[in-house]
Amino acid sequence: MTTAKVNEAGQKIKMTARDVKVFYGSNQAIHGVDMDIVENEVIAFIGPSGCGKSTFLRCLNRMNDTIDSCRVTGEIALDGQDIYAPSLDVVQLRAQVGMVFQKPNPFPKSIYENIAYGPKLHGLASKKSDLDDVVESSLRRAGLWDEVKDRLNQPGTGLSGGQQQRLCIARTIAVSPEVILMDEPCSALDPIATSIIEELITELKQNFTIVIVTHNMQQAARVSDRTAFFHLGNLIEIGGTNDVFTNPTQKRTEDYITGRYG
Amino acid sequence: MKTVQTSASSTYSASPVQQQVVRSLKKRHRQEKLFRFAGMTAVGISLLLVALLFINIFSKGLPAFWQHGIELEIHFDPAVVKISEQPVLQAGESPQAFEQRHLAWRSEVGMVNFNRLIQDALLKVIPDGAQHRRDLARIVTSGERFALRDRVIANPAIIGQTQKLFLLTDANIDVWLKGNIDRSLPDEKQQLSPKMREWVESLKAEGVIQNRFSWALFMNPDSRSSLASAGLAGAFMGSLYMMLIVILLSVPMGVAAAIYLEEFAPKNKFTDLVEVNINNLAAVPSIVFGLLGASIFIGWFNLPMSAPFVGGLVLSLMTLPTVIIATRSTLKAIPPSIRQAALGLGASKTQAVFHHVLPLAIPGILTGAIIGVAQALGESAPLLLIGMKSFVASVPSSAMEQSTALPVQIYLWQGNELRNFFEARTSAAIIVLLGLMLTLNGLAIWLRRRFEVRW
Amino acid sequence: MNNLSLIIILLVLLAVAYQLGMQRSRKLAGGQNSASLHSRPHHYGMMVGLWAVLPPLFVMLLWNWFSPAVIQQLVLASLPAEILDSGEQAQVLLRRISNLATNFAVLSEAADWEISAANYLTALQQKSTLLLTALMFIIGALGLLVSYQKIRPSLRARHQVEKALMATLLICSTIAILTTIGIVLSMVGETLKFFSFIKPSDFFFGTTWNPRFSTAGVADGSLTGSQGSFGLLPLLSGTMLVAGIALLVAIPLGLMVAIYMAEYAPKKVRDTVKPIIEVLAGIPTIVYGFFALVVVGPYLADLGQMLGLTIRATSALTAGVVMGIMIIPFISSLSDDIITQVPKALRDGSLGLGATKSETIRKVVLPAALPGIVGAVLLAASRAIGETMIVVLAAGNSPSLTANPFEAVSTVTVTIVNQLTGDNDFASPQSLVAFALGLTLFVITLLLNIVALVIVRKYREQYE
Repeated sequence: MTTAKVNEAGQKIKMTARDVKVFYGSNQAIHGVDMDIVENEVIAFIGPSGCGKSTFLRCLNRMNDTIDSCRVTGEIALDGQDIYAPSLDVVQLRAQVGMVFQKPNPFPKSIYENIAYGPKLHGLASKKSDLDDVVESSLRRAGLWDEVKDRLNQPGTGLSGGQQQRLCIARTIAVSPEVILMDEPCSALDPIATSIIEELITELKQNFTIVIVTHNMQQAARVSDRTAFFHLGNLIEIGGTNDVFTNPTQKRTEDYITGRYG
Repeated sequence: MKTVQTSASSTYSASPVQQQVVRSLKKRHRQEKLFRFAGMTAVGISLLLVALLFINIFSKGLPAFWQHGIELEIHFDPAVVKISEQPVLQAGESPQAFEQRHLAWRSEVGMVNFNRLIQDALLKVIPDGAQHRRDLARIVTSGERFALRDRVIANPAIIGQTQKLFLLTDANIDVWLKGNIDRSLPDEKQQLSPKMREWVESLKAEGVIQNRFSWALFMNPDSRSSLASAGLAGAFMGSLYMMLIVILLSVPMGVAAAIYLEEFAPKNKFTDLVEVNINNLAAVPSIVFGLLGASIFIGWFNLPMSAPFVGGLVLSLMTLPTVIIATRSTLKAIPPSIRQAALGLGASKTQAVFHHVLPLAIPGILTGAIIGVAQALGESAPLLLIGMKSFVASVPSSAMEQSTALPVQIYLWQGNELRNFFEARTSAAIIVLLGLMLTLNGLAIWLRRRFEVRW
Repeated sequence: MNNLSLIIILLVLLAVAYQLGMQRSRKLAGGQNSASLHSRPHHYGMMVGLWAVLPPLFVMLLWNWFSPAVIQQLVLASLPAEILDSGEQAQVLLRRISNLATNFAVLSEAADWEISAANYLTALQQKSTLLLTALMFIIGALGLLVSYQKIRPSLRARHQVEKALMATLLICSTIAILTTIGIVLSMVGETLKFFSFIKPSDFFFGTTWNPRFSTAGVADGSLTGSQGSFGLLPLLSGTMLVAGIALLVAIPLGLMVAIYMAEYAPKKVRDTVKPIIEVLAGIPTIVYGFFALVVVGPYLADLGQMLGLTIRATSALTAGVVMGIMIIPFISSLSDDIITQVPKALRDGSLGLGATKSETIRKVVLPAALPGIVGAVLLAASRAIGETMIVVLAAGNSPSLTANPFEAVSTVTVTIVNQLTGDNDFASPQSLVAFALGLTLFVITLLLNIVALVIVRKYREQYE
């Protein structure tokens, strides 16, 4: 129905947020955020802890629904479709907007079953061979295939932390989402695992729109095309990553980036 | 939903994956609903069962709190109650000698034919009673003559007077009047003779026979000869003695053991053994504790059978793990900072625990203790094995005398042959027991809510 | 002077000694300021009190333990020789004499020698009490004096008091172990006696249960041939049948209740419904038994008639269904705890992939919680196997080897109750078998519990 929107630079807009406010009970966590997320870009949310960046991220695929006291107002749209409309199906939304969490959370199942879980749920593979293909291609795209191809039947919880996180990314890719949300995906990982994941993100950019929350400014600078700075529940500044880091327009952004607080 | 699906399919027609997701949705949402419905059904069934149980017990048991009796003008005829003067303590007489004389006098009163007094009084309200002596004798329950005897012993001055008394009728009359027997049954299947039924109906209509609150249920011990006057007093006292013993033994010991294990015990094999042992003991079937009691307390120590003392010991051992586990979890919940604060001020470990930790744990300990006591109160299986299932017709005056307990009394009554009467009476006893237990549990919940501290 | 008054005297002594010790320590410290003392004055008081009271208490316990046997021997020795030779059992004689001594009614007229023996017994008992009182007094006074003299400002009274306290705590925590030892020893002892009558293989593998109640007074094992058969298998099969039905009822209901409560119910519903279902757990089992007998049994029998089945009112089915109701809250609250322990991250992972709530529960939460739930079910099974009153009332008490749930059965627990009728001389196989059955029950439930606890602990560690 709605044709894809385009921003001033002519890029296709994947998601829009208008005047988004989030409340936990009577506490307001987000104070009216407006944002456009462009197709096939990597956008990073940065800011001090408690600034609302993760909360906002979780609004984008309605993961906040699982918290009883949480209430969201305003409008968030995916391809022009309001995702908080009462008629919208959350299950379908989450198949389109996948999520990778802070701590690797593989299911206590085999590596194969971890990847096959989503496709099986959504009926994406009718035959066993189709499923095998999906599992293999997902693991390959997550750069994990060579490490695990001989032990697909072993539990996913037996992998190292970095491998687990890549398994979770592979699991998300397996349902072919359009947007992938990553909530501090490297915070529980060592530097080597982190750099592998960062490379992976850059590769995935070709096929997916990626929104990544990070408290590591270097990481934001390394992987993202654009950066949004959050502070106390407000979106202070959003712009090209280079601009934000080298020439911030806001005093608070500059203070944060130069390490005055954080 | 529909609009989304159409819009979605039109928007994402490029992505076959998303189309497949949309196609699977209907079936999956139906499964979701079914699953949720199954959960609600299970909750519903469970609540229904609770309701069914309570409604059943209460509808059966509540009427038994009222019982039919007959109001009679009893004339304590001196010609029938022919007894010597009540002995008085004479100067210089030893108490034992007086007690002997009084005992002799009491047994003399016991020889009086009190039935005669009741029969005479009945004849005044049942004119044609004299022709049906046998039926007449069955109207008032046989235990009531002892009530008359006790009146005379308490106050011999009533001899010669006429008193208006409310005497319990036979259990079968109560059954008939409450409609607990099929009235259309033929005569030979009825417990009451046609004549008696006729009398009872008219006396009820005249208001001579009335349905009043049954004090007998609470004040009398059990009875087999006079079913209408069977009561819970003996079982209640038995349970009370046992609960006192449980409170005196298992609560302090359980708390002491928990304090030791939680605060002082070194981490070693022995402590591990004690812990594993307590966890397992908590799950040992109660009847095994009964075997322990039968073999050790009765077999080896030669303690008396059926005594609340032995029952109390057995129940104490059974309750001990509950109290220990509850106390330990309370102590565990108290943050270490409190102990460290006390130790930092130079208190010894013992002082820190007894002055600072224990007072904070008291509400939790009380809650655990009450729950343990409530559990002991409802337990019957081990008591059957130490002889408490024998019939006891008196209220025990000490913990060493024969007695039953409330749950065992329920067991005994449900087996009584006069089902029509005892089904209701058993339900009433269950209501009393449940009332006591729910009160205890309510108290525990109240304590927990009132004094609960969140750390 | 009975034990109670002796204990009251000891309490008074404790109070006096406490005061004395406290005052002396205060005086030594010189007036108000007691900082020069090693311990607080009340520690000195407590120390003196303990020294004054604990030794006599110990003496009293020992005395009460041994004196009855000594007195009995003395009384027996005083009896005329011809009575002792008359073949009457010493226990019977002594019981009669002690009944006489306490003015209890005895059956036949008491003989002269009995009365004199009773008098002797009374005199001995009085002497014993007098001696005990004197001994306790002397020891208590000695303890008080010695510890009173020892009080110095440098004396570590607090350490002594704390040591005594620690010993008390330790003793209390060993009671649980003693109970287990008591259970095992008593049951093993009686079971061995039972196996002197009946071969263990006949017990464990026998398929008939027919103990043929002989009247009391079986004194020795000479009654071969009339002992009846003590086969465990019919009882065990009955137990398993009833417990199996109970689990069939309770597992689906309890598990679904737990899932609904943990995953779906709004907080308000949870807060009201959970306590109501837990009420089911607090109801005494005798009440369930009555409910089974009066309501469920007749209902099932009627239902059977409608369906053309013969269901007895008291049957394995009746007992099993009601027992199932009883363990619903047990399974539901344990499983609820376990399901709640499954980390939220796993749920989020599944929901984030677009799984519905029920898919998440069925395919992620339940498999993750499975070990814990199995543990809970095992605990419930052990409870079902050990449950007594419901089966006593509702299972029909008919020991037969059957798998038909509509038939009356008997269980291990029912048979224990039936066989231990209340006489306290455990001499016949008919009553001794109760202990063999009890031991079997104990071992089965113990194994179930240990396995269950290990599984549950492993499960907890996995998510900690």
